[in-house]
Amino acid sequence: MLEIKNLHADVNGREILKGLNLQVNAGEIHAIMGPNGAGKSTLASVLAGNPAFEVTEGEITFLGKDFMELAPEERAAEGFFLSFQYPVEIPGVSMVNFLRTAMNEQRKYRGQEPIPASDFLRLMKEKKELVEMQSNLTNRSVNEGFSGGEKKRSEIFQMAMLEPRLAVLDETDSGLDIDALRIVANGVNKLASPERAIIVITHYQRLLDYIVPDFVHVLFDGRIVKSGNKDLALRLESEGYDWIKKELE
Amino acid sequence: MSEDILEQVTQSEYKYGFTTDVETEIVPPGLSEDIVRLISQKKNEPEWLLEFRLKAYRHWAKMKMPNWAYLKIPEIDYQSISYYAAPKKKNLNSLDEVDPELLKTFDKLGIPLEEQKILSGVAVDAVMDSVSVKTTFKKELAERGIIFCSFSEAVQEYPDLVKQYMASVVPYDDNFFAALNSAVFSDGSFVYIPKGVRCPMELSTYFRINAINTGQFERTLIVADDDSYVSYLEGCTAPMRDENQLHAAIVEIVAMNNAEVKYSTVQNWYPGDKKGRGGIYNFVTKRGICKGKNSRISWTQVETGSAITWKYPSCILKGDNSSAEFYSVAVTNNHQQADTGTKMIHLGKNTSSHILSKGISAGLSQNSYRGLVYVGKEAENARNFSQCDSMLLSDRCGAHTFPYMEVNNDSAVVEHEATTSKISEDQIFYCNQRGIPTEEAVGLIVNGYAKEVLNKLPMEFAVEAQKLLQITLEGSVG
Ligand SMILES: Nc1ncnc2c1ncn2[C@@H]1O[C@H](COP(=O)(O)OP(=O)(O)O)[C@@H](O)[C@H]1O
Ligand SMILES: [Mg+2]
Repeated sequence: MLEIKNLHADVNGREILKGLNLQVNAGEIHAIMGPNGAGKSTLASVLAGNPAFEVTEGEITFLGKDFMELAPEERAAEGFFLSFQYPVEIPGVSMVNFLRTAMNEQRKYRGQEPIPASDFLRLMKEKKELVEMQSNLTNRSVNEGFSGGEKKRSEIFQMAMLEPRLAVLDETDSGLDIDALRIVANGVNKLASPERAIIVITHYQRLLDYIVPDFVHVLFDGRIVKSGNKDLALRLESEGYDWIKKELE
Repeated sequence: MSEDILEQVTQSEYKYGFTTDVETEIVPPGLSEDIVRLISQKKNEPEWLLEFRLKAYRHWAKMKMPNWAYLKIPEIDYQSISYYAAPKKKNLNSLDEVDPELLKTFDKLGIPLEEQKILSGVAVDAVMDSVSVKTTFKKELAERGIIFCSFSEAVQEYPDLVKQYMASVVPYDDNFFAALNSAVFSDGSFVYIPKGVRCPMELSTYFRINAINTGQFERTLIVADDDSYVSYLEGCTAPMRDENQLHAAIVEIVAMNNAEVKYSTVQNWYPGDKKGRGGIYNFVTKRGICKGKNSRISWTQVETGSAITWKYPSCILKGDNSSAEFYSVAVTNNHQQADTGTKMIHLGKNTSSHILSKGISAGLSQNSYRGLVYVGKEAENARNFSQCDSMLLSDRCGAHTFPYMEVNNDSAVVEHEATTSKISEDQIFYCNQRGIPTEEAVGLIVNGYAKEVLNKLPMEFAVEAQKLLQITLEGSVG
């Protein structure tokens, strides 16, 4: 589904990703871990097509398409979703309006008719229940005045609504108390399916108790330096990253 | 709602820029006492009105154009403008008599002029160039004693009302453009709501400049008698032309005891092209008086058009317990310039006013808010709250706020807040990531920013206004 080969990317002229390789197949859950500043969010931004980041080398193929050729909104319509580490606020724009615009733009790209209002509202209700989203949050402006936890839940709700093929969750667990964490993880698990792949970026093993990954990767200094199964996450939790640094020397 | 609108809007050019091929009668360019007399004569006006015009003309001839606004106004040659243009066929009683080309124009503008199409409950007065073409729903309104007709017709049919109220809010010598209008105004709308009547539908006027080389000088007078209510809408468009055209209108509103007038406008005169060529110069004097106790006037404006906008819809709060509101969204793009705002003149006791201004600047444009809050000596317990927000969409545009205050009574509470923001790249990217292209994202964010004001507009107008904001800003980011 997603194939990243030898990816190099700069921000403000500084190289952050330095030859990253990753393959993700449909139905898989991958976890990416790594110390602060390793380039995890940069990878997410580059996948999403954020113009602040420049890809200097390498390839990204998504569902057979060259991702580098596509604008961010086209990548979204092709089925790519990013749950942001820091979701922005858009004052005055209700979540309902925002999501309906997003959904209809994606449908337009795919040559589909706009979704009828009644179907949309039914879908909202269904997905809100799925991710246990409080109903008042969708009537408010996008992320405006939301607490950290509410923002993260709103991201997962948007993911549920847009039904992407591949979702990258960038530190969706940070700032959540244990109840919120459980709710978010449940939501994600319900959205997991054989056609869908999920990449979870996290610092903490505790999320992986709820969302069990098929693969765990360590991103270090712009590269994936080690891959394994969920036991790798447990070892990182107990021993930190020093042993990896040593292995690399 | 707005997602449908965003759907529909795909074109980035001014879509009202067509001209209509109707036979037009135009007086030769230039302004003199003879021209003033000619206009008055063409309109078959009573002597007192001619005298009024001449008085205004003589005063104007001695005046200079004001230069205090934050505007760069090229020299205007007032002798090169034609002051009267009218579609030739006149005195129309039924739709069948209206020039079909004209009807097509109004169709293109989306005005429900044909009676059978008017299911929306909007009564429309359409003014093409200077002459009022047709007023719909007149009969239904007449049954309640409501008068809604062209200004010229009002002069003929209701001279006493016109004489009593015309220039009672904006005197002929109020300012340069008001004097000019008072000398040469050609038509406009007249509204009278009798005592105790709630006007059952929105009253609406569309102004359209069509003829080349002409100015448009309409005059609107709205009088709401005791305990009455009316909501009035005004829309304006013009064809694309390389040269600038002058528009200098006057709007007067009178609200008697317990009366309420809501005045909404979506101003979309041709703004000129991307290089700043052409466009309407819009110099307008709009003022209302809350004359009676507990009366209320609200101005809501969405300003997207014109090369230059000079406009300060104002309110005199004379009646005790009266209140006034000014809600404004002003968008400027490319080389547009807008200097707009309001004056709230508190004279009665326990009066209150609310100002909410949202400026949006893009391209190389300049956008200024200019407001005055005046509290007179006798105005016990006056209240004002002003909120002036500016949003910038480029690094090369300007947003300016000039709030003035003059408070002569210690019991007054006057508050002012101002903010400036930029659309952030993060906001646009967030929208992009969800599948929303940048142009639509800008439209969405801007409409969100302006929502408080747009919500004040009647439904159909809100829809049009949202579309316009989107169109006006297309191509302005990225
Ligand atoms: N917009 C930016 N401008 C400048 N430097 C950035 C920007 N985004 C990230 N960086 C830098 O890139 C490096 C990797 O950051 P990031 O990808 O956010 O790390 P992680 O998510 O793994 O903690 C850090 O050194 C960070 O300071
Ligand atoms: Mg990060």
